[in-house]
Amino acid sequence: MRQDLARTVAIVGVAESDQVGVTPNKSALQHHAEAAYNALADAGLSVKDVDGLFTAGLSTLTTAEYLGINPRYSDSTSIGGSSFVVHIGHALAAINAGYCEVALITHGQIGRSSRGSGGGQDETFPVSQFEAPYGIVGAPINYAIACSRYMHVYGEDRTRQALAEIAVATRKWAQLNPKAMMRAPMSFDDYHNSRWIAWPFHLLDCCLVTDAGAAVVVAKADRARDLPKKPVWVLGAAEYHDHSLMSQMPDLTVHPARDAGQRAFEMAGLKPDDIDLAMIYDSFTYTVLMSLESLGFCGPGEGPDFVWNQRTAPGGEFALNTSGGGLSYTHPGMYGIFLVVEAVRQLRGECGERQLANCRIALANGSGGSLSSAGTAILAID
Amino acid sequence: MTTATPRRPLPTPQPEWDFYWERTKAHELWLMRCKECHRAYFYPRPLCPYCFSRNTEWFQSSGRGRLYAFAIVHRAPHPAFADVVPYIAALVELEDGVRIPTNLVGVEPDPARVKIGMPVQVLFEDANEKISLPKFRPV
Repeated sequence: MRQDLARTVAIVGVAESDQVGVTPNKSALQHHAEAAYNALADAGLSVKDVDGLFTAGLSTLTTAEYLGINPRYSDSTSIGGSSFVVHIGHALAAINAGYCEVALITHGQIGRSSRGSGGGQDETFPVSQFEAPYGIVGAPINYAIACSRYMHVYGEDRTRQALAEIAVATRKWAQLNPKAMMRAPMSFDDYHNSRWIAWPFHLLDCCLVTDAGAAVVVAKADRARDLPKKPVWVLGAAEYHDHSLMSQMPDLTVHPARDAGQRAFEMAGLKPDDIDLAMIYDSFTYTVLMSLESLGFCGPGEGPDFVWNQRTAPGGEFALNTSGGGLSYTHPGMYGIFLVVEAVRQLRGECGERQLANCRIALANGSGGSLSSAGTAILAID
Repeated sequence: MTTATPRRPLPTPQPEWDFYWERTKAHELWLMRCKECHRAYFYPRPLCPYCFSRNTEWFQSSGRGRLYAFAIVHRAPHPAFADVVPYIAALVELEDGVRIPTNLVGVEPDPARVKIGMPVQVLFEDANEKISLPKFRPV
């Protein structure tokens, strides 16, 4: 990776849509639009400044028209919930190549209140041919299958304890976030007593299904320095995917973040110990456990020790998913952009009750598909 | 073995998978392997996913393998599966060297009874007049 590309672009604006959680009165595109409006306001930029447009889940043809933007650079890369973190690297590349100067990344989904079918899988695809007939359908089942393998390799009891630690610690962070959907206290008993969705997953291993949107504005360094808020520099950004179907996953205990993370760290010239805040996609508790290992925060099979005894909860040694995550804050379907929103706010010191005391460097790791894709970004403030 | 047949979404065979589903209809499991790098792979496709060779061939699997990973599904992912939960969604590693998504049947869907590494054998569940699904049971 080219280290000279570090700090060439910055995140200059972030926002959620006006309301995240349950919004039966709003479409997905409204969430895109509100988030775009709010993020540009946060950046101190006008929609006329935007010349690069990025989104996932639908084509930028749709979002561009809805927002009234005619982009000179357009990127609808859609590789699951990691996509919006991946877009940061794509924006960095496009800006450095001179294709655009101000990149707007938008997201909007109404996983909870959708009036449509939401599409569904194309019946001609391999997944419909070889997995769906067996009821291997949807994220909880796919990820549960992967988790069973981890338990087999590294021990069921210590894995179970780790999943509980992550669920409980994440809820504690959510209790400090006024926008989080789930703010009631969660005990270890609550976790263990919650109903089975797909063994080994309890209900409280699984992310929420919400309505939400968010947007991120990325700008060239010289533009970023002139804007009202402190630039959040992109030090490293990388992506990777190594399968689509769960049954094709090379190693059920290793996240593609192992590859993406290594290259992102290399580009940033940093190592896991340098990270003050890790925002790690928590579609499921297990996603966090394996991602921590694959990103190099600990070794293979060491995740349970790493998260032991609420080490990642407020006041703990390792700041993780301070927004309350997909598990307790919000998860509309593809959550990756919200990792970036929280990382930027923590770096800027805007997080109120849950603000970390010393947050200079943050990592956002998006995950997508059936543990298929990773987008890793390393961000820092001066 | 074929109690609790779900009203599930069945495959609509696509051209490169016609042969696979024709053979399963005859209660045979056929896979593909590469004649260049000699690795078997799943799902069938005309290019080897390991070495990109087009020099590939079908072969009949022994249907024997071991349970590689599984989930016990309690919440149906689709209404068609509501009357068959709990069921076992599984990956089986065949002795031919490939992993195949399937259901494990003939065993209680109880984590105390389902063990990763347990030997399994293919069986075929006739879903309708066109499609038979390869599933696995403990041996």
